[in-house]
Amino acid sequence: MEAFINQLAFGWFPYLAVTVLIVGSIFRFDKAQYTWRSQSSQFLRRRQMLIGSNLFHMGVLVLLGGHFVGLLTPINVFDAVGIAHEFKQKAALIVGGIAGIMAWVGATLLLHRRLFDARIRRSSHWTDIAVLVMLWLQLTLGIATTYWTIQHLDGREMLLFMGWANGLLTFNPDAADLIVDAALVYKLHIILGLMLFLVTPFSRLVHIWSIPLFYLVRPGYQLVRSRGKLRQPQPASLSHGPAGGAPSYGGPVVQRSQAESGQ
Amino acid sequence: MKVRAQIAMVLNLDKCIGCHTCSITCKNVWTNREGVEYVWFNNVESKPGVGYPKDWENQKRWNGGWVRKKNGKIEPRMGAKWRILSKIFANPDLPEIDDFYEPYTFEYEWLEKAPELQAQPSAKPRSLITGEVMKKVEWSGNWEDDLGGEFAKRSQDYNFEGVEKEIYGQFENTFLMYLPRLCEHCLNPACLAACPSGAIYKRAEDGIVLIDQERCRGWRMCVSGCPYKKVYYNWSSGKSEKCIFCFPRIEAGQPTVCSETCVGRIRYLGVILYDADRIQEAASVEREQDLYPAQLSVFLDPDDLTVQEQARRDGVPETWIEAATRSPVYKMAIEWKVAFPLHPEYRTLPMVWYVPPLSPIQSAAEAGKMTVNDGMPDVRSLRIPLRYLANLLTAGAEEPVAAALERMLAMRAYMRAKTVEGAVDEAIAQKVGLTGAVIEEMYRYMGLAAYEDRYVIPTAHREDNEDAYVLRGSAGFAFNEGSNGTTKANLFGRRDQTPRHRYMDVST
Repeated sequence: MEAFINQLAFGWFPYLAVTVLIVGSIFRFDKAQYTWRSQSSQFLRRRQMLIGSNLFHMGVLVLLGGHFVGLLTPINVFDAVGIAHEFKQKAALIVGGIAGIMAWVGATLLLHRRLFDARIRRSSHWTDIAVLVMLWLQLTLGIATTYWTIQHLDGREMLLFMGWANGLLTFNPDAADLIVDAALVYKLHIILGLMLFLVTPFSRLVHIWSIPLFYLVRPGYQLVRSRGKLRQPQPASLSHGPAGGAPSYGGPVVQRSQAESGQ
Repeated sequence: MKVRAQIAMVLNLDKCIGCHTCSITCKNVWTNREGVEYVWFNNVESKPGVGYPKDWENQKRWNGGWVRKKNGKIEPRMGAKWRILSKIFANPDLPEIDDFYEPYTFEYEWLEKAPELQAQPSAKPRSLITGEVMKKVEWSGNWEDDLGGEFAKRSQDYNFEGVEKEIYGQFENTFLMYLPRLCEHCLNPACLAACPSGAIYKRAEDGIVLIDQERCRGWRMCVSGCPYKKVYYNWSSGKSEKCIFCFPRIEAGQPTVCSETCVGRIRYLGVILYDADRIQEAASVEREQDLYPAQLSVFLDPDDLTVQEQARRDGVPETWIEAATRSPVYKMAIEWKVAFPLHPEYRTLPMVWYVPPLSPIQSAAEAGKMTVNDGMPDVRSLRIPLRYLANLLTAGAEEPVAAALERMLAMRAYMRAKTVEGAVDEAIAQKVGLTGAVIEEMYRYMGLAAYEDRYVIPTAHREDNEDAYVLRGSAGFAFNEGSNGTTKANLFGRRDQTPRHRYMDVST
């Protein structure tokens, strides 16, 4: 039974979560783009936002990048480059630890204002609160894992998780077995992380897809939209005397204003 | 030269009575929804005052508009693109809703439902955000109406720059003018430049600046970028919204709601042809006081045949060129030079212009002290300080404003001589550099202000851009249109509603 649950949680659930994340996001982008936004609450209450949001987002970006690179890159690549397992583990611990604490402090500030500031609380959708609570728990769990990580700084445990992530990526059916003996806190961290993937298309978290990096390379500042032309202006109309001329049939051109006033 | 057309607006402040009809009708049409209760696409401010939102003109605080760098190029005052992007998590330049006001309603229901009480029941104010009772309403959309509030606060008005403002706090010397404000639909919009999503755009065909509600991601940089603070964050939908210049009406040839309902007949709408290639150059001139003449130089003379030919080549419809020759905006802003842009120093090249107001003579009570030149009072002895108006309209250059006020005074003197005394005095016209005929035309537009003269709006030529055949059976303006999907990812293999290949040759 335990083996089955392990297979369910770490062998099959990841595919479900990632599929929902991708298909759900495309679906929402297509069908309900009006709902696709960051839903910032800074305008309602500035307090705690400047420091909280910056700490949280910067920390989370580092953590996301670290997890993706650290977990999904095959260990052979690190070996080829000459990065020792022990060094990688320590670097991950230090960088991730600092980023984790930054993000946790930020998330705590944001969660505090979301729950206890009447304006933010009343204008929140329940999913806004739910995802923030999930993120806060996830960061707490992530920081908690460092205690277990410190126990094996040689990177042994890390290799298992990398093998698991790589196994999922290569559709290895035995991937989940690799981490069957890992500490519970890691497992909870993974499951909650996948849950976050799962809820992303249904919450404000979709805004992570919209990091506007394109803005940096947008040429110039101004944007002008013109409707596509069905008809090209005809050359003959380009030189037909002053604007507003009524059809003259060879006589003097009558201006429209004159024509209207009957003069 | 690249000719584009814009429907521009002029507001004759000399005739504004501050009745707020424009604001109310606009609100009833566009912003009576959750999330935008605090939003007034059009609002009327009493000046002097700090305005709505508070202190909006202080760009040292809000970082709106553009700045000219040492190398002569301009960039948003918020900073270059990477600087703007770095503010995306929390924007230090963003106003809070309290800088506008916390929207509220009153418990009117309680007045009817209250049981018998010892005291009269009262309708307490309740916040429209939290629903809680507000102990005290301390600010609202037009808190300074008709010089409400103490002078110490109102005198924080940015336009007092260079004015000895203390004396205007005295009751005898006080002055009041109204400033109706809406989105300026700038030629060089800073909100657009600051939008990381590229959701804001200017329409080529009529110059209206719009926010694509589907593409807006709520990064809220536009709110800071706009120096007029005329982009508003809808806290409920998480998107920014702004004045849409009533484009559905404009496309149909009707004036905007604010213009249509203006009881003072102060608003004018007309086509301006401008040279799109020269916008950058005009917005980048070195001296701030040169920005007003620089913007004038971007506008093209619609009666010039080479301009007309180029306009046709650039796809401006014939009716639009013709309307441009009759544009009241062109007459007031360019021919007579009685209208000015609002705060040209922001370098946005705004397209809603203002005729400065005349005001009573400052020292009329002290007989003999008044400066009069040939029967016309000196505009410098008017109650509203010239410098104040210049700070508002010409980045501090007093001569253009003085010239405009003199022309308006001359119009009064000329028409009074003509209608009361029965004498046509060409000398009055010549003194302000006009002719009697021009003054009479000014009188027709600014004094009589007939509907047909105020609004010269050609209809949009959608038939040039859209195949109307495939639009048959659709709902037109509707909210559910988007639910059929906007991308090409056809998740259910459904056929697109609009055929990719037009099956009918449109050759009309």
